[in-house]
Amino acid sequence: MTFRMNRRSLMAGAAATAFSARSMAQAQQPINVKIGVLNDRSGLYADLTGEGSVIAARMAVEDFRAAANGINVQIVSADHQNKPDVGANIARQWYDNDAVDVITDVPTSSVGLAVNQITREKNRIHLNSGSATSDLTGAQCSPNTIHWTYDTYMLSQGTGGAMVKAGGDTWFFLTADYAFGHALERDTTAVVQRAGGRVLGGVRTPFPGTDFSSFLLQAQASRAKVIGLANAGGDTVNSIKQAAEFGITAGGQKLAGLLVFVVDVHALGLQTAQGLVLTETFYWDLNDNTRAWSRRFGAQRNGFMPTMVQAGVYSSTLHYLKAVAATKSKDPAQVMAWMKANGTDDPLFGQGTIRQDGRKIHPAYLFEVKKPSESKGPWDYYKLLATIPGEEAFRPLNAGVCPLVRA
Amino acid sequence: MAEISIAAPPASPTEAADHAALHRTLFIALAALLVVLPFIPVIGYPFFLMKVLCFALFACAFNLMLGYGGLLSFGHAAYFGFASYVSAYTAKHWGLTPEASILLGTASGAILGLAFGSLAIRRQGIYFAMITLALAQMVYFFSLQTPRFTGGEDGIQAVPRNALLGVLPLSNDTVTYYLVAAIFMAGILLIYRIIHSPFGQVLKAIRDNEARAVSLGYRVNQYKLAVFVLSASLAGLAGATKAVAVQLASLTDVHWSMSGEVVLMTLVGGMGTVFGPIVGAAVIISMQNFLAGLGAWVTIVQGVIFVICVLVFREGIVGVIGKWLKKPL
Repeated sequence: MTFRMNRRSLMAGAAATAFSARSMAQAQQPINVKIGVLNDRSGLYADLTGEGSVIAARMAVEDFRAAANGINVQIVSADHQNKPDVGANIARQWYDNDAVDVITDVPTSSVGLAVNQITREKNRIHLNSGSATSDLTGAQCSPNTIHWTYDTYMLSQGTGGAMVKAGGDTWFFLTADYAFGHALERDTTAVVQRAGGRVLGGVRTPFPGTDFSSFLLQAQASRAKVIGLANAGGDTVNSIKQAAEFGITAGGQKLAGLLVFVVDVHALGLQTAQGLVLTETFYWDLNDNTRAWSRRFGAQRNGFMPTMVQAGVYSSTLHYLKAVAATKSKDPAQVMAWMKANGTDDPLFGQGTIRQDGRKIHPAYLFEVKKPSESKGPWDYYKLLATIPGEEAFRPLNAGVCPLVRA
Repeated sequence: MAEISIAAPPASPTEAADHAALHRTLFIALAALLVVLPFIPVIGYPFFLMKVLCFALFACAFNLMLGYGGLLSFGHAAYFGFASYVSAYTAKHWGLTPEASILLGTASGAILGLAFGSLAIRRQGIYFAMITLALAQMVYFFSLQTPRFTGGEDGIQAVPRNALLGVLPLSNDTVTYYLVAAIFMAGILLIYRIIHSPFGQVLKAIRDNEARAVSLGYRVNQYKLAVFVLSASLAGLAGATKAVAVQLASLTDVHWSMSGEVVLMTLVGGMGTVFGPIVGAAVIISMQNFLAGLGAWVTIVQGVIFVICVLVFREGIVGVIGKWLKKPL
């Protein structure tokens, strides 16, 4: 494993050390913190997380001026190749041999859950931004983990509930035929019905699939106003492409992607993705703060705009550093207590809170992908349809089955 | 068309004794290495070593079928992965001790092997490979669709390491490592014994010329089925052990790419050699592990190394060394 040292912060840290030594050794040793960014750097989620998450973490260290605050930060990163045992191996090695204090990002639910478990066993901190599974704050919740950016509950809540409010009250589901797809469909159905909508039908598609034409024709024939895509990754991209070929959105039906990220829209192009409705908790063009930050990010990332997962890495790293500076310690129990007791505030997600079960609460946004004619420039992809307040967007504290809450 | 034989010409009795002595020395050296490995810095990380050993045993089991039986299965992930699910499930939900869950896992590999093998051996070559692949895919989809048993795409997480035989606690990674090392040594010694038994001789005869073996009166299909079941059980043993060592079982292990990975390990190390698959597994797993920091370059480096192996080490790393030494390794 190679270590990417943040040279600037390291030098600044060295300078800080020299400084404190000169100022009569105020007994304020800088605290050495090591942050491990563990994600997919070569596969399916490399654009969504990957190097961008490392840049985001580094920007958090810069913006916090960690060195000036007496924290000496080192960032290491590795590729878990979306394999749980590779991820588990790296996490263990980081904790056991390399004195890593925090592991951030970790997309792919199976890897996220594995790291969650190891972090608890080794008593360190896991700030998960990349995984979708709501189990991280449910049955498998841990006092050492914060699930930062999004989860499956919030995705179905956002897209399902807000779509019905916006008039999309009849639904048809295209569901990837495995547990993840089933869960998304079940949760979204519940939300749609609670909001007064109706589900006209659905079809289970083999996973992974390439040909969705017959399923899309069924969806078209159902005359539902909204076609919910309860799938992910390649399935979503393929179904959106083929829906565009059938002219489904042009015919007045709306496609609702339950797990689509801005990089997917970027890859599909507006011509194909136009009219798609989706939920995210961050978009680079939300306000002045997000625009300014994203431009700095883009300058280091060949013009790529940040995803919500990368924004989550920034936000969580920032809050963690604040906690270390405030408690003057990196003891996991103390730091976690501080992080949960004090609200979060950063330019990307605004103000938020962290719940007892480790769920970070912030608003979610329902977006519609623009038509090519509406887009004013590169990465101008979304228009905002609705804002869902954090309390509504995420699963209520007592509805999960997190043992920490009952205790 | 001339028959191409991979095997060396039959060894004279003195040569055979010579080879056996060499192998004995190598096994002792290997055992000694396994004992001291955890004390070597950097590579001596017990968790990593356990993974290498599990995959090495998996590759050896696969090699038993490919290298000595001449049967290319493209679905070995099914036995490996399914056994790891059974082992993880019984340890977690039934609270079984490690030896019991590993045995149950191995048994599930054997049963799957018997079922799949009895179908697959009816065909040869590419058709054989396709049948094993298709059946393995069924196991994959079964695992994907039964979250109650396998945890679906989340896998079975946090598998407890219960006390071995109810007395010896496995809470410590190093203790677990020695258990895995013992299972690994027992596994490869068994494979070595199988290869050099009369049964193994018949297998090699079938591999080199099936028609002649039939004409000599051997019931070829029974031999093939036997080696299929043996190989599947040992793959199951490797998978079941891995679930206990790594403390998780996931879809990665039943996915078809895992079947491909074990072919890669065997070919890189040396097909039809005793020690080749061990070296191959060590090379591939180390690459996955130590190159993880390279990010997107991992797969590229892996590809380049594979190309170099194909160009330079046509018989695999150990195969080439064996050729230099003029001794089967």
